[in-house]
Amino acid sequence: MIKELHQKLINKKVSATELIQEYLDRIKKSDPVKSDGAGLNAFITVTDKDAMVQAKDIDNRITKGEKLPILAGIPASIKDVIMTQGVQTTAGSKILEKYIAPYDATLVRKLKDQGMIMLGKNNCDEFAMGSSNENSGYGPVKNPYDKTRVSGGSSGGSAVSVADNLSVYSIGTDTGGSVRQPAAFCGVVGLKPTYGAVSRYGLIAMASSLDQAGVLASSVEDVKIVFDVIKGRDTFDSTSIEIKRNKKEIKGNNLKNLKIGIPKEYFTRLDSARQVSGIDKEIEDSVKNAIKKCEELGAEIVEVSLPHTEYALAVYYIIMPAEVSANLARYDGIRYGQKEKAKNLFEVYSKSRAKYLGEEVKRRIMLGTYILSAGYYDAYYKKAQQVRTLIKKDFEDVFQKIDLLITPTTPHSAFKLGEKINDPLTMYLEDVFTVPVNVAGLPAISLPCGKTKNNLPIGMQLIGSWMSEEVLFGVGEVLEKGLGNKG
Amino acid sequence: MLSKQDVEHVAKLARIELNEQEKKKYQEQLGKVLDYFDKLKKVKTDGIETADGGTRGLKNVWREDENKTQDTINKTQDLIKMAPEKKDGQIKVKSVF
Repeated sequence: MIKELHQKLINKKVSATELIQEYLDRIKKSDPVKSDGAGLNAFITVTDKDAMVQAKDIDNRITKGEKLPILAGIPASIKDVIMTQGVQTTAGSKILEKYIAPYDATLVRKLKDQGMIMLGKNNCDEFAMGSSNENSGYGPVKNPYDKTRVSGGSSGGSAVSVADNLSVYSIGTDTGGSVRQPAAFCGVVGLKPTYGAVSRYGLIAMASSLDQAGVLASSVEDVKIVFDVIKGRDTFDSTSIEIKRNKKEIKGNNLKNLKIGIPKEYFTRLDSARQVSGIDKEIEDSVKNAIKKCEELGAEIVEVSLPHTEYALAVYYIIMPAEVSANLARYDGIRYGQKEKAKNLFEVYSKSRAKYLGEEVKRRIMLGTYILSAGYYDAYYKKAQQVRTLIKKDFEDVFQKIDLLITPTTPHSAFKLGEKINDPLTMYLEDVFTVPVNVAGLPAISLPCGKTKNNLPIGMQLIGSWMSEEVLFGVGEVLEKGLGNKG
Repeated sequence: MLSKQDVEHVAKLARIELNEQEKKKYQEQLGKVLDYFDKLKKVKTDGIETADGGTRGLKNVWREDENKTQDTINKTQDLIKMAPEKKDGQIKVKSVF
């Protein structure tokens, strides 16, 4: 969509002003939650005035005959855990209601330099904690395919924004699947880059060894265009890296010379004894159908094993809350955010946090604090970090033999609002196929590969070796055509 | 199930005030999640290094301290603007002791 829109703009078939107005009108019609409950609620803040000013500026530049970058004038939206200067940034939390970001995240600055027009900030689970967008302090996000169902999370607003064409692309964040899972639930493409590929400067931190900004759009090509702008080493994030050119190239419209691994542990049926969340048969069939397509396109399919897969969720739910408990200590009513009246300093902290932080956030802070507390650190945190090494090694070993892995993105399609909110562990199990990727720091992309009989989207996940985004894009584009996905 | 003392201890460390209802709820919920972690006991990890947290080959990237410029002073004031309570360009807090 980006290339086509770019051509339309520079050939003056449509003005940036007309384009932005069209998107703003669509947002106004579909998004706000009305008294009857209708409304997708994908946006917490809509920056309509700023967007129109930016659109006029783009139109002036076109009139002057200036050569414009490909993203100039293209309407985008940004998840509300990302800092956008001068604009309310809430992280989906009441504790940051009315907080105005004093600076731009590096990725936002890079996109602005390319002429991005930001339509607003997308709704998300509070502090990016959740798999359904039901944990937002600003109401849940509805799935446009069925408004009684969840959008997925935590980048639910981003996924819905793209799925309902309320923005052409959105930047989300993915710590345990928060870009890929809502992308799968909403039928769009979602990329989580290699850890370090995109600067985390300006991301409201959740779990620093796992967080990564990601891209959601309606086609692999669009995701690639945006990723190429936001990637790169940043002096403000010392964990950021340059993605070096990958030697493996996908040429032509086929997948010859490609070895695809199918990890058997990801296709297990429900096994309550081992507490693995088995996949729905419809999802399994849809993903297996896509794998068959890969074979038809010339790829060699190999069954592989990632023996520590069943431990990845436990590893994630130990390491992530531990890092969360440290990262969210700053929300104490002192430097920013809401503050409760209190008798003494301790109560400023304990009452402010009690009042303004949501239930899931408190739960994870408590869990993380317990895990890191004296007497438990070795049993939980140290153990989890050791098993993390073993999980990484599983992937290292397997990538010696194959070029990429294919798995389902999620065990289920979009569930009903309220269905899983009362049992935290059941909700956590929704992340079972996505978290190993973050634990290992690998890149992965979710692509739509079919629909359930209820017309709900199904996503397949391509997992690449470290820094192999180009392989993911190459395979993704061939598969998109092969599966007949609309661009 | 976690004990009530455990939950109260953790809530104190985390600086989050809980009511009696919440304490009961967390006793159960946290207990259930912690039980799930028992499966890691089956994994042999003797001699296995802890993971390095996502990035390999880290090196120190600190730079020398630089003197403040007007730009950094302005940025500081932008940050202080967001504090709930401030006075004379400084953030106001209750006494620590």
